[in-house]
Amino acid sequence: MPARIIQRNSKAFRKVKVDTVTIDIIESALRNARFEMDTVLFRTAMSPGIREQHDEFPMIANVEGKMVVGQFGSFIWGFMQGYDGTIEEGDIFLTNDPYSVRGAISHANDWLMLMPIYKQKRLIAWSAMFGHMTDVGGKVPGSLPTDARQIYEEGVRTPPVKIYKGGQLQEDILNILLHNCRLPHWNLSDFNAITAALRTAGLRCIEIAERFGDDVLYSAMHAMLERNKRAMRELIRRTVPETKQHFEDYICDDGLNMGPYRIACSMWREGDKCIFDFAGTDPQSISSINFLLNEEMFKMFAGVYMIMVFDPQILFNDGFYDLMEVRIPPGTLLKPLKPAALSCRTHALGRIFDVLGGLLGQGNPQFMCAAGFSDSPHFMYSGYDRNGDWYQLYQISFGGIPGKPFGDGPDGHSLWPSFTNVPNEFLESYFPLRIDIYETIADSGGAGKNRGGNGLRIGYRFLEPGEISIHDDRWLTYPWGVNGGLPGARSRKTLMRADGTQQLLESKLDRVKVEAGDLLLSDTWGGGGCGDPLEREVEKVCFDVEAGLVTIGGARRYGVVIREDGSVDHAATAALRAKMATERGPVKLFDRGFDSVEELKARCKAETGLEPPTQPQFTKWTRRLTEERKKAVGVA
Amino acid sequence: MAYRLGVDVGGTFTDLLLVHERSGKTWSAKVPSTPADQSIGVVNGMMRVCEYAGIDPATILHVMHGTTVATNTVLTGTGAKCGLVTTKGYRQVLQIARSFVPGGLGGWVIYNKSLPLAPLACTIEADERVSAKGDIVHALDEEQLRVALRELKSKNIEALTVSLINSFANDTHEKRIRDIAGEELPEIPVSLSSEVVPEMQEYERTVTTVANSYVRPRVAKYVRSLKSKLSIKGEDVKLHILRSDGGLASAKASEEFPVNMLMSGPAGGVTGAVWVALQSGFPNLLTVDVGGTSTDVALIQNGEPRLRRETTVGDVTVRASSVDIRTVGAGGGSIAHVPDLTKALRVGPQSAGADPGPAAYNRGGTEPTVTDANIVLGYMPEGQKLGGDMVLDRALSAQAVKKIADALKLSQKDAALGIYNIVNENMVGALRLVSVEQGYDPRDYALIAFGGAGPLHANALSRLLGSWPAIIPPGPGVLCALGDATTAVRDERARTYVRKFAETSAKEVAKILRTLAADAAESLEREGVPKSEMRTSWQVDLRYHGQGLRLAVDFDIKDLEKQGLKAVSAKFDAEHKRLFTFALSLEHELVTLRATVQGKSVSLKRPDLARGGTDPKAAATGKQKVYMDGKDLTATVYDRRKLRAGNRIKGPAIVVEMDSTSVILPKHHGVVDKVGCILIYPDGYKPARKAKR
Repeated sequence: MPARIIQRNSKAFRKVKVDTVTIDIIESALRNARFEMDTVLFRTAMSPGIREQHDEFPMIANVEGKMVVGQFGSFIWGFMQGYDGTIEEGDIFLTNDPYSVRGAISHANDWLMLMPIYKQKRLIAWSAMFGHMTDVGGKVPGSLPTDARQIYEEGVRTPPVKIYKGGQLQEDILNILLHNCRLPHWNLSDFNAITAALRTAGLRCIEIAERFGDDVLYSAMHAMLERNKRAMRELIRRTVPETKQHFEDYICDDGLNMGPYRIACSMWREGDKCIFDFAGTDPQSISSINFLLNEEMFKMFAGVYMIMVFDPQILFNDGFYDLMEVRIPPGTLLKPLKPAALSCRTHALGRIFDVLGGLLGQGNPQFMCAAGFSDSPHFMYSGYDRNGDWYQLYQISFGGIPGKPFGDGPDGHSLWPSFTNVPNEFLESYFPLRIDIYETIADSGGAGKNRGGNGLRIGYRFLEPGEISIHDDRWLTYPWGVNGGLPGARSRKTLMRADGTQQLLESKLDRVKVEAGDLLLSDTWGGGGCGDPLEREVEKVCFDVEAGLVTIGGARRYGVVIREDGSVDHAATAALRAKMATERGPVKLFDRGFDSVEELKARCKAETGLEPPTQPQFTKWTRRLTEERKKAVGVA
Repeated sequence: MAYRLGVDVGGTFTDLLLVHERSGKTWSAKVPSTPADQSIGVVNGMMRVCEYAGIDPATILHVMHGTTVATNTVLTGTGAKCGLVTTKGYRQVLQIARSFVPGGLGGWVIYNKSLPLAPLACTIEADERVSAKGDIVHALDEEQLRVALRELKSKNIEALTVSLINSFANDTHEKRIRDIAGEELPEIPVSLSSEVVPEMQEYERTVTTVANSYVRPRVAKYVRSLKSKLSIKGEDVKLHILRSDGGLASAKASEEFPVNMLMSGPAGGVTGAVWVALQSGFPNLLTVDVGGTSTDVALIQNGEPRLRRETTVGDVTVRASSVDIRTVGAGGGSIAHVPDLTKALRVGPQSAGADPGPAAYNRGGTEPTVTDANIVLGYMPEGQKLGGDMVLDRALSAQAVKKIADALKLSQKDAALGIYNIVNENMVGALRLVSVEQGYDPRDYALIAFGGAGPLHANALSRLLGSWPAIIPPGPGVLCALGDATTAVRDERARTYVRKFAETSAKEVAKILRTLAADAAESLEREGVPKSEMRTSWQVDLRYHGQGLRLAVDFDIKDLEKQGLKAVSAKFDAEHKRLFTFALSLEHELVTLRATVQGKSVSLKRPDLARGGTDPKAAATGKQKVYMDGKDLTATVYDRRKLRAGNRIKGPAIVVEMDSTSVILPKHHGVVDKVGCILIYPDGYKPARKAKR
């Protein structure tokens, strides 16, 4: 039974005519409110993941639950369908179970909170926010076990519950959750911070309604959705071809030495509607790399990507949802069946953006960006220090932004909005480690007219015995280049023991023991190059060489010959460029750096030092899949 | 007979205010600025104002000056070629820049990062290491450093920055590197991160210190040139430069730490606005400085501007205290447009600037700007001139605004009103940042608007925020010079001291604070401030252990000594609760200790405006058709010079003066007070309504 909204004043909203200027004013006021949610959260949250790295996503939705401002799209409709209870003034809901909200959040670390906003006893809007908790219990510190087979191993979960009921905190529920986490005071503080952010949004919505009138706010929100739909319809018509586009990319492995896993998607337009079909995507994994992809969230990703590439002025919201249809076959990596493990979904989540880029770009190659830092590699370090105190670090790393039509990709940057690194001096003050190296890796960015950004190298020197986890990818497949651009370099992790031995680490690992004095070299990957490297201005190549971002040897990938003293040999450059152009032939639309998966696996050991993964084994879910499909088409 | 002189150098005019220290009597002058060498204009102005006052320039003891030299150096990218020394492994600290990409999801697609202020090609590594606790892990390899420095020398750097990891905890290596650089590169000024901003966070400390190096040669040259020109007859005039935080620095300090001057100009405006508003009896206010391309806003609590530990100029953000001024790309020159896909009305952030400027300037600009909208609405009457003698072409404004009208299918007047309303909303966005987002209710504040275009928008902004009255100060142009002249000399000393309460004691903290204060006092004494006139204020930055934010807490050191550390933690909890609605029961942690010492500011007397009756008709000069709140109305036009204290101006009205125009909306009225401010209120306004929280 769907949720029931209780309001003592159930007077219907009236749709009134709102002039353009008023809509614009309400739009900026709501946008300000959404940024204010961020401000409140960052200032009061305690886990470095939220506070410094900004792993959180706020939203304000209209009375029907459609996102008007925010980033990840609305899940309120799905929540309402799944929640069997009442929604009342003063309630705030909390859940961290992806399966209860159709993937609105995709692993248990994300705590999602949702608040109905009431004014004079009537529901007028919603605010919501989710943030990544450093720990939610479970079998490993950080709650992201690579080897989990079921979600029950991934920490404490709660279905949607009223954590505030009529304004009263339900302390018992909160205590149960906190009791299961390794760093309860961080969870509590982040929980309080999210609550404060939701209430701030509530206050602002009420103020806007007081200023303009409830009906005007209601109607303006509709108009904003409508305005977005109009713009997106135009954008879809102009940029999505009616012929089918198809693109595939990979997750290198599943942490159980099986892989790569294929993510396949086709895109085409039927009239005003853009269709995405993930048929051909590999079945779900038995490990935790599955990504429960919410269809609405995917629409948002696709919409945002189109907006950024073609017209960044458009404010994005849920208005255009009717214009897209997303088909994800159940039982696949992107729609795993419960209770599949989900914690390490970050690789697939990131890879979706590369797939989108590849799909949208084919119809408009001049706008296409290369593949890049489409992941959030994690590093975790925990243990008991010399005083017996527990320490636990969770950190997201960054890498090379793809080369793009508008310019080079920055080196060692984040693809996620407003994420930043944790200052190393902060880390050294609070955790038993030193960061001995913090630099980008020369030549790791793919060569191109616009260069891909370099990957990041962090040298972690451990000062106490402990355990580390690494969750990374793109160690086997490359971030591809486009329009003649070359692929970026792969990732690599090397543990240099204090005793002088060296050990190559696999890309996804938990519970690796380290001793004081050990050094971990964590290299992330570079962005792919965009455009023909032989067309890159010689001065730019020289500048990068002088800066140490490209080596003299690396400059030859651009056909540029630089002497030991740093000067350019122009004659040799012209000759080399001509020779390379002939040998290469016409430029490739995509350069993946391999021809087939088999060919790639054959040279894996020689190139990476690691054994190639084996063909994934999939579980057969025949009966359950049939049921899922029946559900999907509405058969009882 | 001692005099002090306040000087503000603007893009067009240099404003000066001469003050007789004992009597508080003032004289002012306005001369053209000399952008090639600003000091020439300053000296011209000084001669002029001394002539007015009939005094010998040699009797001026103190010159207080707000300057935009540092700001412009950053904005125009004309600073020094900077070398940088980092710890081994950290050469790319500015290149990585905390990995931050601005914009929302997918923002990277359109993000092109600007180059660091210190080029990577001029960045070298020192083989050394200090731990977070300040222990030397690995001694400095001096030979290797010398070789690298010689290499740098061949690259013709003009300034050098040293920023090593954890140098906030131990500055030994940075100091040693300065000594070695002195031998290897004797002519090159060196900035140390442990001196410029001795605080945790390697990127912020490095970028701040590099910015210091970047502007240093230019600022130093300017300050020296000005000082020598001002020192008439060999008298050593005491030149002070206004800092971003509203304090004054000596000429020497501003040469060494010019990163503290990045907001010198705007800080002068705020300080001046505060001074005027205090004369009118309003200690709590929002200041709004509307310029051609942007608007600066700030919040003033009890006559003190709020400070923040960050300064942003262009795309450079540094860790230096400044008056918490937020800038929004909305000014008279902001361009209105209607994007093809959304058909929404947007204003700014693109600006026509001063050249070509608004369409009305007739310099080739054809895009509709906010100024053009104001003209179409009738808010800038016939015959009104800008900055002296520029005549406005009304037909060109109408033509430009018509583009918007056509795109939105509105009348020309409604399109103009739309532009006016949207730009006001953008300004309100910035005002909310300094008020509601910091936990302050704008209804508890008055609003003071200055800058050329401020008085056009003041009434509308106050109405949006509920901030009454809207104050239009007399002579909005001379405000900055006034701010400069009335500022007290001040110095601040701070130290990062990250300790949980259990790890330190009130006694220890008080001891460090008193040492910091003694340092600051000593530097002030060298500036000629007698000990008896010094006032010290105490501040610590606190947080809950593990939290990222830090809140500055002011307190009396005697309370700390008597009551212990809870004297500051109780204040912190209260502030946390006010800002974020909750406090936590976690352990408190100190982050920074700070002592500020300041001298006495001069009290100057402002000649009161002659009293008149309530009827302002003697100042009325005509009528003007205006479009306000969607209605065609007739406004009375007044000449500001003829207004008298006590006059009550009924809206709709337009008040005109040399370089500015004020709008009073219908159902509002303006009262001229004794110091010449116009205070605008809604009709029937009941003051002292305590806003509910």
